[in-house]
This record gives sequence, C-alpha cells and structure tokens, in this order.
Amino acid sequence: MAETLPEMRSVYAQTLVEIGAQDPRIVVVEADLMKATGTGPFAKAHPGRAINVGVAEATLASVAAGLSVEGKIPFAATFGCFASRRAFDQFFLSANYAGLNVKLVGTDPGVAAAFNGGTHMPFEDLALMRVIPGLRIVEPSDPVSLAAYVHLAAETYGCVYLRLQRKAAPKLYAEGERFEWGRAKLLRDGRLDGKKEHAVVVALGAIMVGEALKAADLLAAEGLGLTVIDALCLKPLDSSLILEAARRSGRLLTAENHQASGGLGSAVAEAVAESGLALRFARIGIKDEFGEVGTQDWLQDRFGLRAANIVAAVKSLN
Amino acid sequence: MEAAERLSLEAFAKEIRIATIESIANLGVGHIGGAMSIVDLLALLYGRVLRVDPARPTWEGRDRLVLSKGHAGPALYSALAIKGFFPREWLATLNKGGTRLPSHCDRLKTPGIDMSTGSLGQGISAACGMAKALQIDSSASRVFCIIGDGESDEGQVWESAQFAAHHRLGNLVVFTDSNRLQIDGYTDEVMGLGDLEAKWAAFGWYAQRAPGHDVEAIDAAITKAVVEARGRPSMIVLDTIKGKGCSFCEGDPANHNMNISAEQARAAIAALA
Repeated sequence: MAETLPEMRSVYAQTLVEIGAQDPRIVVVEADLMKATGTGPFAKAHPGRAINVGVAEATLASVAAGLSVEGKIPFAATFGCFASRRAFDQFFLSANYAGLNVKLVGTDPGVAAAFNGGTHMPFEDLALMRVIPGLRIVEPSDPVSLAAYVHLAAETYGCVYLRLQRKAAPKLYAEGERFEWGRAKLLRDGRLDGKKEHAVVVALGAIMVGEALKAADLLAAEGLGLTVIDALCLKPLDSSLILEAARRSGRLLTAENHQASGGLGSAVAEAVAESGLALRFARIGIKDEFGEVGTQDWLQDRFGLRAANIVAAVKSLN
Repeated sequence: MEAAERLSLEAFAKEIRIATIESIANLGVGHIGGAMSIVDLLALLYGRVLRVDPARPTWEGRDRLVLSKGHAGPALYSALAIKGFFPREWLATLNKGGTRLPSHCDRLKTPGIDMSTGSLGQGISAACGMAKALQIDSSASRVFCIIGDGESDEGQVWESAQFAAHHRLGNLVVFTDSNRLQIDGYTDEVMGLGDLEAKWAAFGWYAQRAPGHDVEAIDAAITKAVVEARGRPSMIVLDTIKGKGCSFCEGDPANHNMNISAEQARAAIAALA
C-alpha cells in the first residue's frame, strides 16, 4: 500500500485536538501514559486542558468524573487492563452511577498488549464494562471509524468506554462514512453469485475484523461465501443487523480479541437465544485463559485469533 | 463571629440533629454515629460559609460540597431540608423504596447534592476534579469536601492529596471528621492513621486541626485557611465525637450503623431540646 498508515493513537489525539479547538469543554486526563496514548499534541494545542494524575488510575476515573460535574467533557485514557480492572469501581460509581459524561479509553486491547505480557493483557475489560447500565462500548476498527466515534463520544452526553488499538490499522471505510451508536456495518457481503452466504461472522476491533476479512477471502477461494459484520459497538449491540444476516444461512460466528465469554460472543449468543432463531453458532476468542508475553503475531497464533481459526470454525458448523 | 450568630448556628445544629435522629428513627436503623459527628460543621457551612441558593441548587456561581463519607447523608439531608432545598416532609422517606434521600448521597436524586458518593475515597477525588475544572474556568466558586478518618485508610484519599497539591487547588477545602471510630472499632486499633495533620502538611496542604463541635473554632480555621493557604489546598482535621449529641449512642463504638427505637429517639430529642 503506497499510503503510510497513521497510528490509531495519532488519529485519536488529532481528532481530540480538532474537537478541542471547537469545544473548550474537551479535556484530556492521563495517568502517566500520555506518551503511550499519544495525546501530547492535545497538551500542546490546548495547554491547561491536559491533566496528568500520575500513576493513579482510581483517581483518573474519579477526577474525570469531577471534571464532568462541572461541565467538562473528559477523555481519560490508560491501558485497558487498568481502565477496567483497576478503576472499575471509580468508573462505575463516580462516573456512571452518578450520571456523568466521562469517556474512558482503554488502550492495548487483548493481544495488542504484546511485550507487556499477561499482567497487562485485557481479555476481560469488555466483560466488565458490559454490565454497567447504560454504558456505550465501542471498539473502532479503522482510522475512519475511530475518528467518527471520538466525535460521537464528544457529542453524546453519557459515559463511553472506547477500546483503542494504538498501532496502525488499515482503512476499511471511506472518509465521510457515517457511524452511529448501536449500529454495526456490513463490511463484506458473502452472497457470492447471487447465492446466500455460507456463514456470517461478527468481528470486533481492528485485529479480528482484519482476520475475518482474510477468512472471507480464503473461503471465497473455496466457493464459500462469508459475510463479515464489523460490530463496532458492543453496547448497544446491533442485534437486528446481526440476526437478519444470520437468518439467511443459519450459521453465525463471533470473533473477538477478548475472552469468548462475557464480551461479544456472549452478547451475540444472548441475542440469538432470545430471538428464537435456530442457528449453528461458534465463538472465536480467548478460551478461559490468562494472557502471556510475546509478539502480537505469536499471541494471535497462540490464542487462535487467526483467519485460519475462523475458517476452521466456519467449516465445523454443519 | 458575633455571639448572636454563634447562638443561631448552634440552634441550627440542634435542629439538624433532631431532624436526623427523627428521620433515622423513622426507619429504625441507620448511620447515626458518623452523621451526628459532622452536624456542627454542616450548620456552619450552610448557615454561614457556603455561597448557595436553595432555590437554585445547580446555580453555577455556588460553592460546592462533596460529602465523601457518603453514609453521613442523613445529616446533610436534614441541613438541606431546613435550608429549603426540598420539602421537609422528604426526611420521613429516608431510605424507603422510591425515596429521593438514599442512605448514600446521590446527585441525581437530591437537590443540593453535588456529587454521588458512597464508595469511600472517591468523593475527595471527584472534588479534586471539580476544583480543577473551576480552576481552569477561573471560577470564584470553592469546593468543600468532608472525608472520614476511617475513610482515610483508602489509598485513593492519598492519591487525591497528591493531585490537589500538585495542581495547586487553592479553591479546595477538605475536612476530616476525625471521630476516631470506624466500623470495627477505634481507628488506633483497626488501622492507625498517625498524625493526620502532619501527614496532610507533608503532602503539601495547608493543614490545621480544630475542635469539630465548636462552630466558631471551625469558622476561624476556614478564615485562616483563606489567608494562609496561598494557593495550596486546605485540610482541616476536626476532632469530633461519633454520635455527638445523641444521648443513647454518643461515643459508642457500635454506633456506626445501628437500630434506633422510637423511645430512644424521643429521649435523645428531649435531651437536645
């Protein structure tokens, strides 16, 4: 690809710089990971509105809530493991229970934590966040959707958990594509030659959406159509789009860089069970294990987060 | 402070105590001890110090109060009701299903409550965020916050201590209700806190100690803080008695959350009147 891909964190920071120029209520809150999150440009553009709390994630969430009480729109970021496990009670009570407007950003989702290893590898952040009433949860899959959801988060009153991959991700959407809360995107129509698709996969996040698209290519070469849905929002979940697509072939899979239980797999399973549809169903995700250290590539192999795993799972659904 | 004002604030405190005992006794159980220990502070704050308007509880120019020890809500509700933030009849609904006065403070339910609290350590952190926002906006509003000494076991309190000092939150005044009791017993026995005043000073705060049931002394400490803090956040450690003014439980280590009979309440109110 001729175009150099921007890092997702640069897109996050640049989008906040732009929104912050229009809206003085936007503030950035960091817990000594500003260098990792990449929000330095915001601090430069809007001095006084970038607040560092030090290595104190509990305070990160509660201070953000306090800023929100006074009408600020805080974007608070830290590694996803800390945003969820370490600051859960603070995000739950100070921000969500209190009805405030805190945007919590959890970076380095799942295997993206790579060399930081199992201690820093959030395979459970989505499961935790999903039980907070009314919380919006989104994992953008490319730079365009990321910028769009940062805009939406700033414009929409209420708490948001945004799962952010810091590294570059290929563009999947054209500039100007419109996104909404609770709306997934049909990214690849698997109905080859006018026939209904063989199966549907719902994927969450840049890594698994990318693997799902590769799986669709592999299966297409064998004459099997795989429809790929980019979930984007875990909550609210676009169950109508997912179920409508799944109804045609009767085969549905989920793919996530997270425990297969508690996150997307569970959310979709619940929707399927309550829909009354009889479907063959499989989940790609972590199978009740802790993370470990390695390259992201090695970890994707280790935990079965590959196109080949999706292909095998599709074929197992007969 | 003139003698007449002192008497008036002391009468307000008595009224808060009576309303609090009544509302908790009405249910039969509640956090009486830690509610009674902050009553004199509340009387001073709502009777003299805070710039607030009961008719406009979210008025932007008001001073804020975060009751970080959220379980003392019933005392604060009494003060707010007496000041006219909401009808006094609401006090009889304390902790009953559908009430707007829940055991722990809830900003969405109660006029005059600036922040939801209850998980200890979070309120002071949120107060820091509020003070930071007001600092960014160059607001003249101040943020007052009340924490417990038992609450000070929480690490988040000390994270907040660092945050407020680092960000020079001179618009933040925090009180520690140092009643020396927590649920499992005396603070010295459960988890020793050392010299709280010295600890806060070491964190870069302007720290003072004052007798917490003397409205004039607390007022003098607040006035002194305004002059002396010079951009630093202020801590005023208040020496208090848990259950103060409640005849059947004053100083009783078991008074954190206790059953109260109608007869006990009547006797306590008679003793106050």
